[in-house]
Amino acid sequence: MTSLLKRKQQRVDALAESAGTSLAADAVRRMLRSPVALIGAFLVLLFLVLAIIAPFIAPKDPYQRYPELLEDLRPDFIPGPMPGFLLGGDELGRDFFSRLLVGAQQSLIVGVGATLIGLVLGMLIGGAAGAFGGWVDSWLMRFTDIMLSIPSLLLAISIAALASRGSQTTVIIAVAVTTVPIFARLLRGAMLAQRHSDHVLAATALGVRRRTVVFRHMLPNSLGPVIVQSTLTLATAIIEAASLSFLGLGDPDPSRAEWGLMLGNSQRYIDVKPELAFYPAIAIIIVALGFTLLGESLREALDPKNRR
Amino acid sequence: MLRFIVRRLLQAIPTLLILSLLVFVWLRSLPGGPAGALLGDKATPEKIEALNKVLGLDQPIFIQYFKFLGRILSGDFGSSLISGEPVVAEIGRALPATIELGLTALLFAVVFGIPLGYLAASYRGRFLDNATVIGTLVGVAVPVFFLGILLKQLFAQDLALFPPSGRQDVTIDPTHVTNFAVLDGLMTQEWDVAADALWHLVLPAIALGTIPLAVIVRITRASVLDVLNEDFVRTANAKGLQATLVRRRHVLRNAMLPVSTTIGLQTGLLLGGAVLTERVFVWGGLGSLLAQGIERRDYPRLQALLLLAAVVYVLVNLLVDISYAIIDPRVRAS
Repeated sequence: MTSLLKRKQQRVDALAESAGTSLAADAVRRMLRSPVALIGAFLVLLFLVLAIIAPFIAPKDPYQRYPELLEDLRPDFIPGPMPGFLLGGDELGRDFFSRLLVGAQQSLIVGVGATLIGLVLGMLIGGAAGAFGGWVDSWLMRFTDIMLSIPSLLLAISIAALASRGSQTTVIIAVAVTTVPIFARLLRGAMLAQRHSDHVLAATALGVRRRTVVFRHMLPNSLGPVIVQSTLTLATAIIEAASLSFLGLGDPDPSRAEWGLMLGNSQRYIDVKPELAFYPAIAIIIVALGFTLLGESLREALDPKNRR
Repeated sequence: MLRFIVRRLLQAIPTLLILSLLVFVWLRSLPGGPAGALLGDKATPEKIEALNKVLGLDQPIFIQYFKFLGRILSGDFGSSLISGEPVVAEIGRALPATIELGLTALLFAVVFGIPLGYLAASYRGRFLDNATVIGTLVGVAVPVFFLGILLKQLFAQDLALFPPSGRQDVTIDPTHVTNFAVLDGLMTQEWDVAADALWHLVLPAIALGTIPLAVIVRITRASVLDVLNEDFVRTANAKGLQATLVRRRHVLRNAMLPVSTTIGLQTGLLLGGAVLTERVFVWGGLGSLLAQGIERRDYPRLQALLLLAAVVYVLVNLLVDISYAIIDPRVRAS
């Protein structure tokens, strides 16, 4: 087994060397070697696949109430699977397993939606600050500092509270806004660090237009930390969205299968059916852990300090 | 040193001003405006117009902003739509509960976090280190409210080791001095009151402190590892300085710089997490006020809480900068 692994590693190493040792290739090689990265990637992939095919593989209709499942709530119930229902039913007699699967899709939509919006807005702000510098930079950064001075969950809460009625969209927007200043600061910092680096100075000295310098030289070299942060943000976005739902700021529709809402609703039944809280929580933890592991190992892999 | 503090205080003023402007705009962008929010379901166009006049909302916008600024500077945040009581009074009563919880959680995180991070760095790559790193990664992935629910179910309901909710046992009748339950018990020498309050603090503080703990462990570990690689540590070791002295004078002191920043940054996490923790443990602090305010869309209350959180955050960061300057003289000069 170990020799097989070694051979595989050697093959990967050879591949990486034949492809030259660009930072990206080097990073990929290191990721393939790190068990943390592989576990993270596996969890993320599993989540992505399940979330996408959830409606097709859900064994039951997640919104249908099954009367036979409600008997679970009797005081003398026996926990565990019932025939046809892998995890039993929820408090309204709906198939819990199917709802968990569909909940993965909800989390994916909210997480990716919020991260993408935050990423685009943050990169616009950070990119402008990094490219222009001067007063543009100082004003934009003052703006992000103020956004950062409000604790992120409280910022999300106040934005979500603006809507008179919660919905998935308000949750996405609320979480997205909290990530904007982080992306902005990150990209700006990475770009500023390059302003005086040799390759940028050389390009400028050669008379390359500023636009070309920014888009061809500064931006591509600044993307590493942004990619790492996006991966980590996916984890926090999913947790934060669940927190908003838990506080009653999400979509109030009780039929929606959303992990945070499922957890919040389960609290009342925790003495009778603790697993109602347990399963969605485990789902959130696994997904958040997956993205965190992947992000952290990406960070390490992309860190030039670790290059040999 | 004094000049540094004054300079940083002055720098905080524009931030707070712009923050107040943001909160002002936030209130204006409510569905139906502040008047609509105040009237709620009973809002009709005529009623909104009449109330707008009463609230001075028919005046030019910059005059409104200055009046708003004047009101909040004099501590007038209006009355809660739920209780009808001045928001400031409500907050004043709930604040000690949240501060008590937050400080205990932070204390838990620091007291366990720094030694654990230091130990992990000292045993780099060994079992203790790996276990710690994995533990911190998992710790960050657990939603605060689930950890709260789990602790409560396990240690309060099933094992009955700790009380499941509240700050004080109902059978105890404490004398209120400061509204800090533990402090009150100590000041009035009612030892059972203080002990009971501490007992109630354990589970919520662990739930709230776990993520900050994980963060502090990771930063301490990374920071100590960085410092251990520095030339001056090698020099100190090479010249035969006692290992304990090297650790205390050279490694720890230098490694504490990023850690102290991180501790300051945890305030945001604590304030956010307190909302969730207080909900789970029926704590009755600011988080409970906030949660109730969200449910009923009590905007005067939400506005005051939001501004308060931001002010606290700005002030704590100020304190962090000052502590930074105390630890590292180089910061003062720049």
